[in-house]
Amino acid sequence: MKGPTKTLIPSGLGLNCEKETQYSCLRAGAEGAEVVHTLDLLQGRVNLFDYGLIVFIGGFLDGDYLGSARVNVNRFKYGAEPKLREQLKEYLRQGRLILGICNGFQFLVKLGLLPFSEDAFTTQSASLAHNVQGQFEDRWVWLKKNEGNSSPFLTGIDRIYLPVRHGEGQLVVKNAMVEQEIIKHNLIGLRYADTEGRPTEVYPLNPNGSWENAAALSNLEGTVFGLMPHPEAYNHYTNHPHWTSQPFQGEEGEGLIFFKNAYRYLNDSA
Amino acid sequence: MIHRLELALKPTLEDPIGHKTLKQFQTHGYAATSIRTLEVYLIESEAISSTEQLARFSEELFVDPVLNDYALNDPLAERLAFDWFVEVGYKAGVTDNAARVAKENLSLQVPLAEGDLLASARAYLIQGDFTAQEIQKAAHRLLVNPLIQRVALLSRQEFSAQKERLFQFPHPQGDAPISVEKPPCDSLEQLMALSEQRLLALSKEEARTILSYYQRASTQQDRLRHGLPQGPTDVELECIAQTWSEHCKHKIFNSHIDYEDEEGNLTQIQSLYKTYIQGSTNQIRQALGTKDWCLSVFKDNAGIIRFNEDWSLAFKVETHNSPSALDPYGGALTGIVGVNRDAYGTGMGAKLIANTDVFCFGPPDYDGPLPKKLMHPERIFEGVRLGVEHGGNHSGVPTVNGAICFDDSFVGKPLVFCGTVSLMPAKHQGAPSEQKQAQRDDHILMVGGRIGKDGIHGATFSSIALDENSPVSAVQIGDPITQKRMFDFLWAAKQENLYSSVTDNGAGGLSSSVGEMAEDTKGAKLHLDRAPLKYKGLQPWEILVSEAQERMTLSVPPTRVERFLALAEEMLVEASDLGEFTDSGYLECFYHGELVARLEMEFLHQGLPAMRLKAKWTPPVFVEPPALELHLGKTLRQLLGRPNVASKERVIRQYDHEVGGAGVIKPLMGPNNDAPMDAAALRPVLESKEGALIANGICPKFAPYDTYHMAANAIDEAIRNLIATGGSLNQIAGLDNFCWPDPVESDHTPDGQYKLAQLVRACQAIYDYCLGFGVPCISGKDSMKNDAILEGKKISIKPTLLFSVLGKVEDITKLITSDAKGPDHAVYLLGETHNEMAGSELFGLLGLTAGQVPKVNSTTAKARYEQVAQATEQGLISALHDCSDGGLGVALAEMAFGGGYGMELELGFALTSSGLEPIQYLFSESASRLVALVKKKHQPAFESLLRDQFLTLLGTTTLKQELLILAKGEVVVHEPLEGLKSSWQQGLA
Repeated sequence: MKGPTKTLIPSGLGLNCEKETQYSCLRAGAEGAEVVHTLDLLQGRVNLFDYGLIVFIGGFLDGDYLGSARVNVNRFKYGAEPKLREQLKEYLRQGRLILGICNGFQFLVKLGLLPFSEDAFTTQSASLAHNVQGQFEDRWVWLKKNEGNSSPFLTGIDRIYLPVRHGEGQLVVKNAMVEQEIIKHNLIGLRYADTEGRPTEVYPLNPNGSWENAAALSNLEGTVFGLMPHPEAYNHYTNHPHWTSQPFQGEEGEGLIFFKNAYRYLNDSA
Repeated sequence: MIHRLELALKPTLEDPIGHKTLKQFQTHGYAATSIRTLEVYLIESEAISSTEQLARFSEELFVDPVLNDYALNDPLAERLAFDWFVEVGYKAGVTDNAARVAKENLSLQVPLAEGDLLASARAYLIQGDFTAQEIQKAAHRLLVNPLIQRVALLSRQEFSAQKERLFQFPHPQGDAPISVEKPPCDSLEQLMALSEQRLLALSKEEARTILSYYQRASTQQDRLRHGLPQGPTDVELECIAQTWSEHCKHKIFNSHIDYEDEEGNLTQIQSLYKTYIQGSTNQIRQALGTKDWCLSVFKDNAGIIRFNEDWSLAFKVETHNSPSALDPYGGALTGIVGVNRDAYGTGMGAKLIANTDVFCFGPPDYDGPLPKKLMHPERIFEGVRLGVEHGGNHSGVPTVNGAICFDDSFVGKPLVFCGTVSLMPAKHQGAPSEQKQAQRDDHILMVGGRIGKDGIHGATFSSIALDENSPVSAVQIGDPITQKRMFDFLWAAKQENLYSSVTDNGAGGLSSSVGEMAEDTKGAKLHLDRAPLKYKGLQPWEILVSEAQERMTLSVPPTRVERFLALAEEMLVEASDLGEFTDSGYLECFYHGELVARLEMEFLHQGLPAMRLKAKWTPPVFVEPPALELHLGKTLRQLLGRPNVASKERVIRQYDHEVGGAGVIKPLMGPNNDAPMDAAALRPVLESKEGALIANGICPKFAPYDTYHMAANAIDEAIRNLIATGGSLNQIAGLDNFCWPDPVESDHTPDGQYKLAQLVRACQAIYDYCLGFGVPCISGKDSMKNDAILEGKKISIKPTLLFSVLGKVEDITKLITSDAKGPDHAVYLLGETHNEMAGSELFGLLGLTAGQVPKVNSTTAKARYEQVAQATEQGLISALHDCSDGGLGVALAEMAFGGGYGMELELGFALTSSGLEPIQYLFSESASRLVALVKKKHQPAFESLLRDQFLTLLGTTTLKQELLILAKGEVVVHEPLEGLKSSWQQGLA
């Protein structure tokens, strides 16, 4: 076993997807899913090692002022119990998992945990800028897996349809060298695609104009994974915008696969 | 020391905000060629002593190393290309959310002092050939609201010389001496003059009542004993005026009305609210008996109904019209966060699960005269849209449903209805969650935001007409993030059972929240000086009545106060202990220990005399419409493109409608995610298949004919929308929201008796149709002064009833959408079509005011809705859509292009039996009609189930991408779906 399936969901400070994320975790088989206030985590009142998965959820941390997740990144860097940083590194070293969704993805990237988790707290290699359209949008998009990416979160996924709901989802990478590193190591997890699964930069199939049409990034080990779309918002088949015209194939929403993958990985004895 | 930090996107990166602004400039015909933006922060603090220090903090805390360049105390613009530099920030005292966040951010590294201040601004670097006058005009049209924002506008040439202007910090003026005034008001004249001067909106009758209260011997003795002046203090006057405002007291709905109908019959109505609204609800609840699912109606911040054994739902809709007229963004944002507090502060507290918003604006292409100070409808639309986007999205509450109506009469005042549904555990600490009561000796705890001068006199301001002198202070900007933190804290406090009651601080501020809670114990002592202020200089009366946002008031037992305060601090929420609830029979306010107000509770809450008003109904006379010869296909396309009908996708996409992960029926569905839905549905408890349905009905367009039918149609439309989505009449709760022009006869309103009669008739319709459908109202609101008097001209809105409904279904998987699902499905029209063209979209298009408006027959409609619900329950219907704006023609087109299947229909039989012309049959907006699509195999069962209904088989769906409608073999409409759809999608794009 790589870790317990018990899941930690930091919330508060403008985050807002705790309820459906908790539900998704439990439906996907977590032995427990605890919503805690981010301040409790920052102040050292949470033992990370009780958990095998931490989900940084979506929302509007501090209203996205100063850029999405910026202030929370600073809280983790400068306003946290000093040992948190070491604990997080140890947590990752043990192969435990971190998933960032939307605002949580922005947070992981700006904290430096993605795509190079060894740079966490020190170097930011990429960022999420305003969508090229200059506006927030809620729409469902097709995503195509980057075949070379071996993150456990993506097991069994080829194409998947999920909602995006963001104003700052345009992935920007620091420079050409870092771009090459990301490509070389296949750190892009998912790309915005057309209905045939071909990656595309055409709006609105690609809703934000991301570099390489990237919708998700992982670290080298695949244990830290972040994506702009919201798998937890496809937790039931009736979340799908076409459910009334599609044949019934089961209650569960396909978005649960990310969580199921995480728990399978954690349960895996190998 | 003032520092200036500027953040720019690196020059290699596109600037999406700048680009979007550029497009706006170009759309409005301004010759800009490039616009880039800067984020600006002004920091006033002695804690940062050097630029080096500032540089370190900026890099650590503010700058995104991948995205940003930055500059400190040295404007970047000097090194960038621009012709005009326009910097927009907030005026002193206006809520500046970015600055609040920036301050919290800075304080992570810098020990800021209490008085240190930050301000934010956005600068636009504009390239293009503008004269000073042109750029000024463009900026005011597109970038600045001078009421709340400050602007610095510099040309390239003058920039270096004048850049010092960019270092001016917007300081609140806080140097007025603090005092409690005892304004002279011994006579009616003096008090009325005071009312005018202080924006108290008192009537003569009210002023007399106040004077006689102060002249009572018992009052005088009591005041003498407590060392108070004989006459009112300013704190008392303000408190009375807020408590008695139309906004808070609903005086018109509670007035005695002598109503004369068209035949001269006189009816005495003791109270419209009690007679018609509460009256019908009471009867429905009695008839439900032990099955009554209403838990709390008309008394709390929101109405509460049972969802299941473990959970209850609360629903409230509010309006925020006057503030939205002056600052559409702030007004709408405040509307959302305000109604969120209502829905949260219901019972012992409830989690927010959905917003629904309905707007009425002037036409987006309005080109008539616009009095000074009124914004163009298009700008109001965009500001309100953005306010709702920020209010809903940032709060994490999905905006699941809404409507937008356009009409010339809303040019003077837009209507902004904001509604919220919340979910609460059925039980709190073993007792029903809807019960709450402050106890004697409980402390008064205020939590959330601080008090400022913003939002002073909101309640009285909304009780008078908008004019050139409308105050800046009535406008506010909400802060959803501070509010969300407060809700997180309150939820934790609830789990620890730390309070006995909770309510929101909305209109009237503390005077209203504490005043109302004090009714539980019959008294309160409130220490105004203990309330936290945004800045110095607030007078005691201002603290009492300020409507500054993001605040709730709670009663906390003395033993829990310490823990309550500690928990708040832990969760970064400000909480203040302002006094306690007493049983003295008086509301008492203190300022630094000195008694500054002492008002008898009885007088404050029951002392207001009911108004006596007259209403006289004279039905307006309309001519019969002329015969019309039009190309029906083209007419259909035109109707689809009319703003009332056209796709609202641009707006919908910018609202998060799925946060919460509970969405089942969303605003746009179908194979291309662009087919319009009639109602929203969600599963509030994710583990359960039970669903909540939300829909709205609104049709001010029928009001000029007869408000009775306007209201009836609104009620029918809301219910029909639920039925069209798979809901049933078993459990539907209604909310009535009235927006009316001033209906009180006066010099300003010579037609008051007619307008009041319109109100009486709308209330009568609520009574008749709520009873008829068995839909009780659980909460409501009225906004009664929707007039604008500008440059001597009065613009009144059309009387408008928004009827919102919240329904419950047992199984969301049985719900249904409007998009056609395949070829060869039979197309049925349910319900009768009459020659009811008055107020229709077609007549709107043609500029015709004539004919009859649709009339609702609740007996036949109810039977139809019940059987349709059975048919959806049994899975017999593949698609269902409501016929409303644009009539049958529009409904058919939307179903066809929504699903991507054509239709081939023959109206012959229907025309013969109804005696209507094709144009009437297709575009009349007769009520209570639905279009149902039924698979061939289900047709017999469907027809047999609905055999007693007025059912018309029109034809079938086809694979051909066209809408083909014949009348006795002759083609009347033959339109490709593509063209119909693009008309619909481009109408408001």
